[in-house]
Amino acid sequence: MTAPALVSIEGASLVRGGQTVLSGVSLAVRPGRIVTIVGPNGAGKSTLVKVALGLLAPDSGKVTRAEGMVVGYVPQSLNVEPTLPLSVRRFLSMAAPRASRPEQEAALERVGAGHVLGRQVVQLSGGELQRVMLARAVLRRPRLLVLDEPVGGVDMAGQAEIYDLIADFARTQGTGVLMVSHDLHVVMAATDEVVCLNRHVCCAGHPEAVSRHPEYLALFGARVANSLAVYTHVHDHQHLADGSVGGTEHGHGPGCSHHG
Amino acid sequence: MDEFLARALAGGLALAVVAGPFGCFVVWRRMAYFGDTLAHAALLGVVLGALLDLDFGIGIAALSLTLALAVGLMQRRRDLASDTVLGILSHGALALGLVVLSLMQDARINVMGWLLGDILSLDWFDVAVMWGGGAVLLAALAVLWRSLVAITIDEDLAAVEGHAVERARLGLMVLVALVVAAAMKVVGILLVTALLVVPAATARRFARTPEQMAALAVLVGAAAVVLGLGASWRFDTPSGPSVVVAALGVFLASRAVPGRG
Repeated sequence: MTAPALVSIEGASLVRGGQTVLSGVSLAVRPGRIVTIVGPNGAGKSTLVKVALGLLAPDSGKVTRAEGMVVGYVPQSLNVEPTLPLSVRRFLSMAAPRASRPEQEAALERVGAGHVLGRQVVQLSGGELQRVMLARAVLRRPRLLVLDEPVGGVDMAGQAEIYDLIADFARTQGTGVLMVSHDLHVVMAATDEVVCLNRHVCCAGHPEAVSRHPEYLALFGARVANSLAVYTHVHDHQHLADGSVGGTEHGHGPGCSHHG
Repeated sequence: MDEFLARALAGGLALAVVAGPFGCFVVWRRMAYFGDTLAHAALLGVVLGALLDLDFGIGIAALSLTLALAVGLMQRRRDLASDTVLGILSHGALALGLVVLSLMQDARINVMGWLLGDILSLDWFDVAVMWGGGAVLLAALAVLWRSLVAITIDEDLAAVEGHAVERARLGLMVLVALVVAAAMKVVGILLVTALLVVPAATARRFARTPEQMAALAVLVGAAAVVLGLGASWRFDTPSGPSVVVAALGVFLASRAVPGRG
């Protein structure tokens, strides 16, 4: 009784300038589910996000996206040209022309940026801009939310709030979420499925299972991984009988035990 | 007022109206060097036009369009930086134009006229073409406007939100090429980019929306045309440089006024 995937990538490979950026990567995002990509720098996380969005075509493999789907996207960073006069209100309207002023205010309020509506985008701090971009993506009422490090530049207290908000959005609206994160602690607590990427999918599945996977441990180190185990138990009630964890074609290490 | 001054004013104002909004995109998308490249290459268009016995306007427009598309397509490959590509094309085309020109024994091309512009030589037909062509260019810009503002913020974000990124990007380059080709007759190859960049840069500090900035740039450009042509008439200075000096004067004066952007 699994809902059809909003976006599914099967065996995608991508070579750029003679370098293999992605190799046989598979993942699927279903409605209401949060899939988080973790991995070291240069692992191809942002590239994979662009493949999922249809901005980059893989050299081989298949990408299927639900037809006519509204997507909300928060890129890793946004450098708005300082010569461009642009109010936050206009910036929000561009993404969601039909959203009313009160809706805009409510969306900003929810991401903790209620005070910036009248400001110019170039005057925002990094953390404020990140919050505004999230509000903007949510205002589109997306079926799929794609977030490339959504809390970059956001203060610690704000990060947890934002992850809570994303989780709440997925649960209540049934939005599928594909997210890249460096913040392993919070990822483990606020996600249904983790895809550990290092050009290929090292392992994928329930956060707790992934955090014990030998390839994951090799990538992030046992110390980091152990500190995470404390957090994961909080969340394991979210992973019900469903147990679908992204297929088996990506190959698992011998210690991998996360298949349901 | 003499009729040829009236024609010059009419032509110059047409240019200011078109250059304002396009100049904003030149500033926002950092295309100043692109404008320079097109202008430099236009001399080659003039020379080729003379060789093939075509109208100068057609020679320039054809070369500018070809070049704009070439730059647009080369920018997709990222093995050379954009300004490097422009540097190669800009000076390559200018040098080629000068070499071919020197080989044409019987060519009667007024190089100074092309380099500095000659707004006082406009006839009423030229003026009508500038207003008519300008209206078409602005209409095309209006069609692309929302997508262009979106890709100025972020091309990936614009693509995800359903904008035709490639169409807007190449469309803008082609339109700017045509604006440059039209403006050249008025202010000349050397100064054409100034008419795009200076009014838009002046408008920036007083605008809170993209549209306000475009409208203010039109006003600044129009003021520069009127002041510059007036000074040119009064002091018998060359018209193109006088207009650009007037624009520079407005820009500098505006820095003394507190902005609101």
